[in-house]
Amino acid sequence: MLRPTSRLPARLGRTELSWRDKIWHINWSLVALLTVIAGIGFLNLYSAAGGSLEPWAMKSMIRFGMGMAILIGVALIDIRLWMRHSYGLYLLSMVLLVLVELKGTIGMGAQRWIDLGFIQLQPSEIMKIALILSLARYFHGATYQDVGRPLFLLPPLLMVLAPVALVLKQPDLGTAMMLMMTSGAIFFMAGVRLWKFAVILAAGLAAIPVAWQFLHDYQRRRVLVFLDPDQDPLGSGYHITQSKIALGSGGVFGKGFMDGTQSRLNFLPEKQTDFIFTMFGEEWGMVGGLVLLGLYVLLIGYGYAIALRCRSQFGRLVALGITTTFFLYFFINTAMVMGLVPVVGVPLPLISYGGTAMLSLLFGWGLVMSAYIHRDVTIGRRGSHED
Amino acid sequence: MYHDNDRMKVFNRRAMMLASGKAVLVGTLAARMYYLQVIEAEKYAMLAEDNRISTRLLAPPRGLILDRNGIAMAVNQHNYRVLLVPEQTPSIDYTLDALGRIIVLTESDRARIKKEAGRRRSFVPITVRENLSWEEVARTEVNAPDLPGLVIDVGQSRNYPLENLGAHILGYVAAVSEQDLTDDPLEQLPGFRIGKAGVEKIYDLALRGRHGTSRVEVNSVGRVIKEMDRDEGLPGADIHLTLDMRLQEYAAQRLGDESASVVVMDIHTGEVLVMASTPSFDPNAFNRGLTTEEWKELVNNPRSPLTNKAIAGTFAPGSTFKLVVALAAIEHNVISPDQTVFCPGHMSLGNAKFHCWKKGGHGSMNLVNAIKNSCDVYFYDVARRLGVDRIADMAKRFGLGSPTGIDLPGERAGIVPSRDWKRAALGQPWHPGETLVNGIGQGYCTATPLQLAVMTARLANGGLAVVPHVARERIIDKRAEPRSKPDWEGCGCSAKALTLVRQGMFAVSNEPGGTAFRARISQDGMWLSGKTGTAQVRRITMRERETGVRKNEDLPWKERDHALFVAYAPEEAPRYAIAVVVEHGGGGSAVAAPIARDVMIEVQKRERARLAGLSGEAR
Repeated sequence: MLRPTSRLPARLGRTELSWRDKIWHINWSLVALLTVIAGIGFLNLYSAAGGSLEPWAMKSMIRFGMGMAILIGVALIDIRLWMRHSYGLYLLSMVLLVLVELKGTIGMGAQRWIDLGFIQLQPSEIMKIALILSLARYFHGATYQDVGRPLFLLPPLLMVLAPVALVLKQPDLGTAMMLMMTSGAIFFMAGVRLWKFAVILAAGLAAIPVAWQFLHDYQRRRVLVFLDPDQDPLGSGYHITQSKIALGSGGVFGKGFMDGTQSRLNFLPEKQTDFIFTMFGEEWGMVGGLVLLGLYVLLIGYGYAIALRCRSQFGRLVALGITTTFFLYFFINTAMVMGLVPVVGVPLPLISYGGTAMLSLLFGWGLVMSAYIHRDVTIGRRGSHED
Repeated sequence: MYHDNDRMKVFNRRAMMLASGKAVLVGTLAARMYYLQVIEAEKYAMLAEDNRISTRLLAPPRGLILDRNGIAMAVNQHNYRVLLVPEQTPSIDYTLDALGRIIVLTESDRARIKKEAGRRRSFVPITVRENLSWEEVARTEVNAPDLPGLVIDVGQSRNYPLENLGAHILGYVAAVSEQDLTDDPLEQLPGFRIGKAGVEKIYDLALRGRHGTSRVEVNSVGRVIKEMDRDEGLPGADIHLTLDMRLQEYAAQRLGDESASVVVMDIHTGEVLVMASTPSFDPNAFNRGLTTEEWKELVNNPRSPLTNKAIAGTFAPGSTFKLVVALAAIEHNVISPDQTVFCPGHMSLGNAKFHCWKKGGHGSMNLVNAIKNSCDVYFYDVARRLGVDRIADMAKRFGLGSPTGIDLPGERAGIVPSRDWKRAALGQPWHPGETLVNGIGQGYCTATPLQLAVMTARLANGGLAVVPHVARERIIDKRAEPRSKPDWEGCGCSAKALTLVRQGMFAVSNEPGGTAFRARISQDGMWLSGKTGTAQVRRITMRERETGVRKNEDLPWKERDHALFVAYAPEEAPRYAIAVVVEHGGGGSAVAAPIARDVMIEVQKRERARLAGLSGEAR
């Protein structure tokens, strides 16, 4: 367990840490927790394939291995380095987003990824991290008084809106919403006044009818079907209806591992990706679902504890931003499969089959870990150790 | 660093706020999980089962229809079909080409198969051809290795081995139409046939049986994963008829090409032994599907082969109706048995003149002689004395004017006219002259051959209101029960009247000068007693009477008289009643009576042979 009031050895106060110190201070219980959750995912993918490692479970395990390596790697890199390169990473992401947009236009359809051969790179995934880093850097140097000035908030606002607009154009409503909500959380944590949120919220509500005009047909249909799934039980409503049937029929203790009829007989769509939680709920019941929920809450609790333990505003904001992104992933996904929010393409973190999300999430947790390792490092305005 | 502390405080406070917000959301998730997986669990469990389990219907074999001696009249035949499972062949075209070299495949077959293959899931079998001959099946089986995706399947189809013999009683089966739909799930099965006429229709539910079910687990696209359980259902009940198909065959042959009907029934039990209606049709054609030409030919044939004339053909009973007029006369004492009426060949009422069929007249006639000679004037006079309503009353007691209640669909009532009937049906008052015409079974009066047979049976069995039937067992819903010993009510006619009328009928057939004397049965113990009838279908004008009434042979078919004959036999201990109607056949004594004689001889011979066989076995 994490000890928020751990003893403070003298050497931790120093601004430079040796490699030995860093490895020593990797939070292994956090690593264990991530592995447990991913393990549940492997079991699920094994069951989804009808009791086979192929085609999903094995690949997912390999990706998790790669992801863990990235996590450790990212964690060991000095957090100030990440801070110094935040804006660069942001610019790179923007360029990639524009590139994807151009390629997508030429390819006559929505294209969200760039093929790098070994992996299909989704610029929007990188942007999720780059935006958190950039905003954290921007607010790192700001005093509470700075944050109170409207003009001061203009650059970060633009920083958010530019990628959101590009992602919306892809169109990827889910990612756009996640970018906005994560950014909102960072603004909130940075101390932006509450009344401003109220204004934005009111403006947002007022803008819904306008935004409706810009939605694609399939997106509108998803929203309408969410509001009334019965209007199209065999079309767009099919997913959510079957998902609820699977979950509900699981009952308290579930139908047993590999015995979910809805998933085994293919009534459940996308059971290895977005609807994997449904399958889990069908086979393991409410008990299983609550255990998984508990594990996620525990992980998020870790993220909060780390954020609160950080000395630097950058570390705090990064840890909290990543944690919030993670929370949004898991909340939107589970709420979606339970019919609480419209169907949007958001995977269940660490469990759904899919490479980019797994790698980018572990990359994110690597940053949280880095913030933990470098929790006592003070950081200057531009990422140096002096103010 | 002062501002850093500020920020710390703000950050910590807001982290708590954000965390509580997230806690609320997580709480919502947990609550939703509880709602779905505990409160609504049962409902969703049921829906999941519905998804998973598909109930397939199994069609039970349809019950057989057999005659009284066990001759099969309606059976189920194996129907060999070739099915194609598209997913099991690399190319539908390849398989069809290969099959086309073995059995005949038309272009339209191919087009239909391709169309269906495009519409259905690839594992659903498509019917390539039905009703394959055994040779075609064998050839296909032998070449099976070169015919990927083909499956030979055995279905059942209805077959009537006797073809057009007894077709009217059997009826036929055909595909379910919209208005036939009930809530029997069997009707939803593709290719399911239901009874559309005759016994097939009236006992359809019993013949169908109860559907079986096979519960199978299916996946989301409907592919069967495994069978969970199976209920074979109940095969349809076999129906034994009272008909004797060998007699039926004899009667049909005897009728030949005439548009005619013969009904023979047991006067005590009501069993119908023969019910022939010619011309007939082949019910197999309906199951196979008729071409438009075939259908038109059946419908437009003036001799209406599709109609069961025995129950749905209504004819003027002619002189056979005199039997009930005579009964009514004795019963109401309007004339005594010995009282005579003088027949000069015609009778006048008002300024209208009513002719007897015999131009010179019969002279003095008492009741028995009037029946024997079928004297029209006698019955004009008796009818005048009775009035139409008392005649109608007696006719109804003997089964005329309403359906007999036989277990066949489509029976018609015929007409027994009365004052009330005319007012209701035509809105006109009754004319006294019509009573006279009615007295000799002409005018409005009509009856079916079956009604005439029932009338004769009731006369012969001592005035008991026997009701005819064709199924040996009583069929209630889907079960067949043996019939209880018949216990008929009386018709309300005195023995005296019946005896007199039967004396008259005896004279008709067995005394020289009787209208059917030439068609008597001379074999001992088989004698029949009958009554001829010749129903005029056109009006004979005064001018024609002066120049000479045209002979039937000189008239177009449609204008010729109907020939009728009713009889019972054997005379000493009556057992069978018969009615013969030959539509536009000519005179009753010349045409109908010989047919009745021949059929009655055959009926009694069969019965004697049966009894001999029984005693032979006993020995």
